[in-house]
Amino acid sequence: MDSALIPQGVNRCPLWKFALGIAIVGAVLMWGVYAMMLVWIKGLNQTNMNDAYGFALWIWADLSVIALGGGAFFTGFLRYVIGINDLKNIINYAVIIGFICYSSAQLILGLDVGQPLRGWFIFWHANVHSMLTEVAFCLTAYFGVLCVEYVPLLLENRQLDRVPFFHNLSHNLHEIMAVFAATGAFLSFFHQGSLGGVSGVLFARPFGFREGVFVWPWTFFLYTWSAAACGPCFTILITKITEKVTKKKLVKDNVIQILAKIAGWMLATYMVAKIIDTIYWATVTAPSKGFDLMTFYSNNPLYGIWILILELVVCGIVPAAILITPKWRGNPRGLTLAMILAVIGVCLNRWVMILQVLAIPVLPFENWALYMPSWQEIATTILPVCYGIILIMISYRYLPVFPQEKELNPIAG
Amino acid sequence: MLPFSFEWVWDMGHLLFHGGLWFALNVIGIGVTYCVVKAVYDTMKGNSTNHH
Repeated sequence: MDSALIPQGVNRCPLWKFALGIAIVGAVLMWGVYAMMLVWIKGLNQTNMNDAYGFALWIWADLSVIALGGGAFFTGFLRYVIGINDLKNIINYAVIIGFICYSSAQLILGLDVGQPLRGWFIFWHANVHSMLTEVAFCLTAYFGVLCVEYVPLLLENRQLDRVPFFHNLSHNLHEIMAVFAATGAFLSFFHQGSLGGVSGVLFARPFGFREGVFVWPWTFFLYTWSAAACGPCFTILITKITEKVTKKKLVKDNVIQILAKIAGWMLATYMVAKIIDTIYWATVTAPSKGFDLMTFYSNNPLYGIWILILELVVCGIVPAAILITPKWRGNPRGLTLAMILAVIGVCLNRWVMILQVLAIPVLPFENWALYMPSWQEIATTILPVCYGIILIMISYRYLPVFPQEKELNPIAG
Repeated sequence: MLPFSFEWVWDMGHLLFHGGLWFALNVIGIGVTYCVVKAVYDTMKGNSTNHH
């Protein structure tokens, strides 16, 4: 029924199957929408946030999706600015994933601010001493860049492409995409960094506080670095999941290998920097504030030293080692394992830097403040995941997302 | 956000923050405008490019 909209020369599942998939994911999405309406109508009393947790599950989700969406800016930078031509075969998907991540981040922020109708205050009444102002500016502008990068792909839909104006517009946008990609890389560098800077400047929270250079704590650079390393891993992971679901090969191995190798070296160098940062923080910074390392990892039921080992070793050194070793990287299971660990690692890092920072007592009479999100917070965090799945399903069905798909999956007869 | 806003101060913080924002918005805006205008021009001239 919708065959006229499907790209030529590729196979797609029957419409009923597609609609069923959308309906199932849509049902979960509606649960999230219900929770979202509760939060907007009744307010933040629907959450378990409190005086100890001004930042909670939503901000973790926000920072995680922004880090994972970093695949769009970094792959765009590699493709258009550095000129790695092979990445043209995965850049469309990286843009879609980035678009989903950044739109999700803004949706979550729209919930978290409590009064979204005043969201424009951050632009009009900007506090120029706040890292988060920079985040708001760069995040919004970069979302604009992602829209501009997504539009040509939309216009390449079989029916839209027939309209001469759309065809020409799509062509023109492609022609100067390097300008948008460079702008995106500039904006991403600053908002990824400033998100890290937020915990780094908290001098009253020694778990997060770091020294740095000028106004930027080391966490500023570590966040940008980790996003550039783990964002492409997320792009590859989602590509692999898509291939599994569609039972098709969509991107050639050499393209995946190039991106995985670059991500691997980014992750390996990030891990070196992160380990140096951790050692300096544990031996110099934290003791100078009156804390020893184990204060941050004891006397509570959740945050033990295991979390540090999990982040640095299991989800840091291990995936980096796999990705920089050609033999291990070339093994499909090894590659998938590395991608999963890298993605978990960056999400864990954001969890630690947002939630563990707030859990740790900083005064002698305080206790650990642990937090359990409400179902409304969980439902609204799952909401963007469902939205992302639906957008990917629609984009994959109706747009020529993977340029190598036809070649890799020739239709018999 | 703009120099005629009552909160505006001509200091380094405002210049850097807002300068960066306006620079990025201008690049995006001019880029998109160029593409749209060129697409209108190409369409009116009957040019159609095979891409990409």
